[in-house]
Amino acid sequence: MLLISCPNCGSRDETEFHYGGQAHVPYPENPNELSDRQWAEFLFYRDNTKGAFAERWLHSTGCRQWFNMLRDTVTYEIQAVYPMGTPRPDAAGRVTPDTGTASTAADSTTTGNASPDISGTNASATAPSTSSFSTTAPEGATK
Amino acid sequence: MSTQQLPEHPDFLWRNPEPKSSYDAVIVGGGGHGLATAYFLAKNHGMTNIAVLEKGWLAGGNMARNTTIIRSNYLWDESAAIYEHALKLWEILPEELEYDFLFSQRGVMNLAHTLGDVRESMRRVGANKLNGVDAEWLDPKQVKELCPILNINDNIRYPVMGATYQPRAGIAKHDHVAWAFARKCDELGVDIIQNCEVTGFVKDGDRVTGVKTNRGTINTEKVGLCAAGHSSVLAEMAGFRLPIQSHPLQALVSELHEPVHPTVVMSNHVHVYVSQAHKGELVMGAGVDSYNGYGQRGSFHVIEHQMAAAVELFPIFARAHVLRTWGGIVDTTLDASPIVGNTPVENMFVNCGWGTGGFKATPAAGMTFAHNIATGTPHRLNKPFALERFETGALIDEHGAAAVAH
Ligand SMILES: Cc1cc2nc3c(=O)[nH]c(=O)nc-3n(C[C@H](O)[C@H](O)[C@H](O)COP(=O)(O)OP(=O)(O)OC[C@H]3O[C@@H](n4cnc5c(N)ncnc54)[C@H](O)[C@@H]3O)c2cc1C
Ligand SMILES: [Zn+2]
Repeated sequence: MLLISCPNCGSRDETEFHYGGQAHVPYPENPNELSDRQWAEFLFYRDNTKGAFAERWLHSTGCRQWFNMLRDTVTYEIQAVYPMGTPRPDAAGRVTPDTGTASTAADSTTTGNASPDISGTNASATAPSTSSFSTTAPEGATK
Repeated sequence: MSTQQLPEHPDFLWRNPEPKSSYDAVIVGGGGHGLATAYFLAKNHGMTNIAVLEKGWLAGGNMARNTTIIRSNYLWDESAAIYEHALKLWEILPEELEYDFLFSQRGVMNLAHTLGDVRESMRRVGANKLNGVDAEWLDPKQVKELCPILNINDNIRYPVMGATYQPRAGIAKHDHVAWAFARKCDELGVDIIQNCEVTGFVKDGDRVTGVKTNRGTINTEKVGLCAAGHSSVLAEMAGFRLPIQSHPLQALVSELHEPVHPTVVMSNHVHVYVSQAHKGELVMGAGVDSYNGYGQRGSFHVIEHQMAAAVELFPIFARAHVLRTWGGIVDTTLDASPIVGNTPVENMFVNCGWGTGGFKATPAAGMTFAHNIATGTPHRLNKPFALERFETGALIDEHGAAAVAH
């Protein structure tokens, strides 16, 4: 059982959460222009990374908010928890430069923290105020 | 202790050759599908200068981790055709491979617990009959007659409202199946090379010409991928993508018991499937863990959930103990159907996506995939399962028949 640190509620059992698959899959900008191949990619193809994987989780029996997580798919170690709409932190916990919007929120979740605390005792460090990012409309929410 | 007291080592079933510098075809993955593919390449297509490369030990992946259920009662024509072909091959393989791997046609029951289940099940029985697959609908009393230890009272959370039943379905000893194929492959001249991990591919433009391994580069005309949970990793090395997600799937056994369970019972709704192995262990499978995972282990809450369902359905199991649990890595697709066919890389072929239920298909997967590799074009039975279906939209949705796992 994973112990997952919800940015809003702190550490909770995996059974409270719902898995949302690969993160950062944006809805096509010009859906009408996509070829069948491109639609197939968007609908059916997802990365299946062995190693550090950015994925979405929903705290379905808690705050009912979506968030992103960086998790190793071999060791299952959770490497970072970060808000929807912010760029993926790299495996070392630093934020990779990106044109992403809510960079302040990203910083507040990951700055100088190689392995963000998942014990729940330090929930504030991984819980930026909900107003600083959108938790309700994940990009490319397909599930 | 004197070594003289030790019995003679039994005969080895296959050689352990060094890899040659080149082969006519290389199969990646020494699970059931890789071995069956090599067997049919040699037997049906006369391709004997071939190798099976396995990064670990033979059948150390899902092949010897599954719950060994064999059945063919799938909904759609395409699936019924390939799974029923597999079942017919299972019926003749012990003789053909000259190896009794304890294929036991003790029947498989799929329980229905809701009105939705009942409708889906009856529809599937009808579809099966039209496809020549043996199938019956059982009411709860008939369920009880066939499997007396099942609780059919209506005061449980998910009462048994009936079941589909396939009498020709059953179980087999999975490790022996692998050994049976391996021995025959070896006899036919196939090199089975364990501890040989494929780490990359050599390509000439869009065409594959060799595989890189931890034991050197091997030239080859053709490559067949049979890597189950690791298929995406290999495809990425080769430069293409697969619509696959890998998940942990767990199973477990109890201690040995007197024979109490005469058939195989599966319940999609409450997520458990149970048979009793020849030795006497109760063998049970769970559902997949929700997250992507390459660790051969899953979460305990999945097992807890499965045990709760098992004890409610089979009250006598309350006295049994979980002796061992383990996990495999299953390669799931969105339509719960496999991918068998050509790839964007010339001379490279893929067999994957069997997910939670590919053991039963082993002989037919091997036969059709061998045909596809040898001739370059799909066999009639694997044609509908090509990668293109994700573009054309001709998906083969088997979530009802494949359900939780099996
Ligand atoms: C717990 C569990 C229960 C199951 N129950 C059933 C059931 O009851 N009925 C049913 O029909 N199916 C069942 N299945 C599914 C079934 O086991 C699989 O679909 C099937 O075994 C997959 O084919 P395979 O045997 O070739 O796979 P595997 O045995 O997994 O073979 C793949 C092989 O590829 C090797 N490999 C991977 N990467 C490389 C590389 N780079 N180089 C070299 N080798 C590599 C792996 O080491 C592995 O040995 C179950 C699976 C699990 C995990
Ligand atoms: Zn929460």
